[in-house]
Amino acid sequence: MKKKNIMTLHPDVDTILKMNEPYIPRPEDYERADEHEKEGFITKAKSVSYWADAWRRLKKNKVAMIALCVIIFLVLFAFVGPAFTGYSYSMQMRGEENWPPVWEKPQESVLRKAETDGVTFDPWKHVLGTDNLGRDNLTRLMYGTRISLCIGIAATLIVVVIGSIVGSIAGYAGGAVDVIIMRVTEIIYSIPDVLIILLLSTAIKANLTEYINSHTGWWPEFLNTMGGNLVGIFITFGLIYWVSMSRIIRGQVLMLKQQEYVTAARALGASSSRIIRRHLLPNCIGQLVVTACLQIPSAIFLESFLSFLGMGVSAPLTSLGSMASDGLSGIYTYPYRLIVPAIVLSVLILSFNLFGDGLRDALDPRLKK
Amino acid sequence: MASYLVKRVLMALLALLIITCVTFIIMNLVPGGPFMSEKAPSPEVLAALEAKYGLNKPIGEQLINYLKDVLRGDFGVSFRMQKNRPVIEIIQDLFPVSARVGLFAVINAVLIGIPIGCLAAYNRGKVLDSALRVVMTIGISIPSFVVATLLLILLSVNLKILPGMGLTDWRNYIMPCFALSFYPMCYIGRMTRSSMLDAINADYIRTARAKGLSSGRIIFKHALRNSLIPVVTYIGPMIAYLLTGGFVVETVFSIPGLGRYFIQSILNRDYPIIMGTTVFLAAFVIMMNLVVDILYKVIDPRINLSNGGEA
Repeated sequence: MKKKNIMTLHPDVDTILKMNEPYIPRPEDYERADEHEKEGFITKAKSVSYWADAWRRLKKNKVAMIALCVIIFLVLFAFVGPAFTGYSYSMQMRGEENWPPVWEKPQESVLRKAETDGVTFDPWKHVLGTDNLGRDNLTRLMYGTRISLCIGIAATLIVVVIGSIVGSIAGYAGGAVDVIIMRVTEIIYSIPDVLIILLLSTAIKANLTEYINSHTGWWPEFLNTMGGNLVGIFITFGLIYWVSMSRIIRGQVLMLKQQEYVTAARALGASSSRIIRRHLLPNCIGQLVVTACLQIPSAIFLESFLSFLGMGVSAPLTSLGSMASDGLSGIYTYPYRLIVPAIVLSVLILSFNLFGDGLRDALDPRLKK
Repeated sequence: MASYLVKRVLMALLALLIITCVTFIIMNLVPGGPFMSEKAPSPEVLAALEAKYGLNKPIGEQLINYLKDVLRGDFGVSFRMQKNRPVIEIIQDLFPVSARVGLFAVINAVLIGIPIGCLAAYNRGKVLDSALRVVMTIGISIPSFVVATLLLILLSVNLKILPGMGLTDWRNYIMPCFALSFYPMCYIGRMTRSSMLDAINADYIRTARAKGLSSGRIIFKHALRNSLIPVVTYIGPMIAYLLTGGFVVETVFSIPGLGRYFIQSILNRDYPIIMGTTVFLAAFVIMMNLVVDILYKVIDPRINLSNGGEA
């Protein structure tokens, strides 16, 4: 039995690990075939690829499809939306500070301020209002969603790369290498990750900023356009969270390396790295995709947590977590500034979680409960 | 059993040592020191301060000195936040505050989470099951600061039925405890449900049914006991995390606990407090993991501990 930490942000990989176990028939497997299934027996079915088969099952899962639609909508909202609002996330408009959202009446002071600066108040100009610096909240929300999505995806890519390399080496090499790598992952699992993450992100962020400011050349330039603190979060995330991915890949590789085609490849003189790259990793793709999909919400979760505590994305850039954090200070006067990003964030994480669950069921239907 | 115990304790100590060293190194990588502030001290004063606390030595030597001190039970004194007060005293002060909130959260999570999971498994495939699953999935998707702040807006700002800040009377505990326990509660619920479903398919359940036992008795007497093992593995470390306080929940509700203090100590670069809190929490978590591993043996005698604990 593997130890599990409830408060950590490691994704729950146990169900994915179960994909490796042999199938035990359940009582319902012995039930009579229904009409639909009988049809399948008689007609000679066209050969269906792995992905087409999974997609067919996924389409039947209403919850997962709704989640997918929500994800697509949010991606469009984040990447295409700002083109329609006509503002940028850092644009400050004088005389338009603290405008309320359309469903609220403007305060006297706001109207007076607008009048003195020569602006006419129009509730539809800023649908979600503006913040205290006169920046459009809707545009900032879109950019925040974009940053959160980017962090989720980039951090997950790092985790996938590190995790699959380490996991496949541990599984394939076996012996002392495996033991050492597994001991290291066990130790990483047992540390209170949130604590280390808080410290690590502060350290990396500060050092990167210093590096960017004190060096010239294309590399610091590139880091600067990426945003020093964003890169810091990626690195932090990659350093801690590759362990669950590597556990999954290792388990799968341990099983796959017994297969005949691996022996055949070895007999033909293929090198270990070629066997891992060409034969083992492609066969882990199902678990890889599912874990990656569950890792994205956990990365978004982590980023929002860091930003909320003031240790993540810093101004003028914004993320959903830092927007919520800004909203907390004005919670009594402008509660919507906190509620709106919080809801978008929750919906984003929820739909990724639901889609990931659906994907897992689609790729391995026998895990479905 | 004895050799397994020794091995586990050694592993735990090794993990703790590694965490201490790693934290120490990361902490020193953060630019700026504990004595930097708006009015920077003169170079002479700074040098004297650094010499006094041993900060002018190479980092390797500092680390070894720190480890030696810790072995003697000396965690140093605060540099900045509560000047020259021993770190142990500060932790002794703050831990009970966090632990009180955490204890109620643990009770809440266990006493509601497990029955919800059982209920969902018992009604598998029915409307109640679907509804509970939706709630539980939402529960593990919403970050705790969202739960905390929404509660604050709803109950404290709009309805004004609960106080939003401080910890003066029992009503102050309701929102933080709920916010802290919502995520683990839903997690425990999901786990209980899925391990209960595994248990229901087992042969001994069929035997119990064949004997003619009632469904309720089967669920609560036979299936529950066997499906609790994975849940216990979660509850162990969870207790450590909840008792030491949620960083977010303590920030939102302005609770003067250990979690909030840790965040402030990072922002203030108060090295001994960062180290002290990390070592304390890490030791707590690792110890709970150890306890859980040993508890397995008690709950399920089939688990063979000499095989490295892998069931």
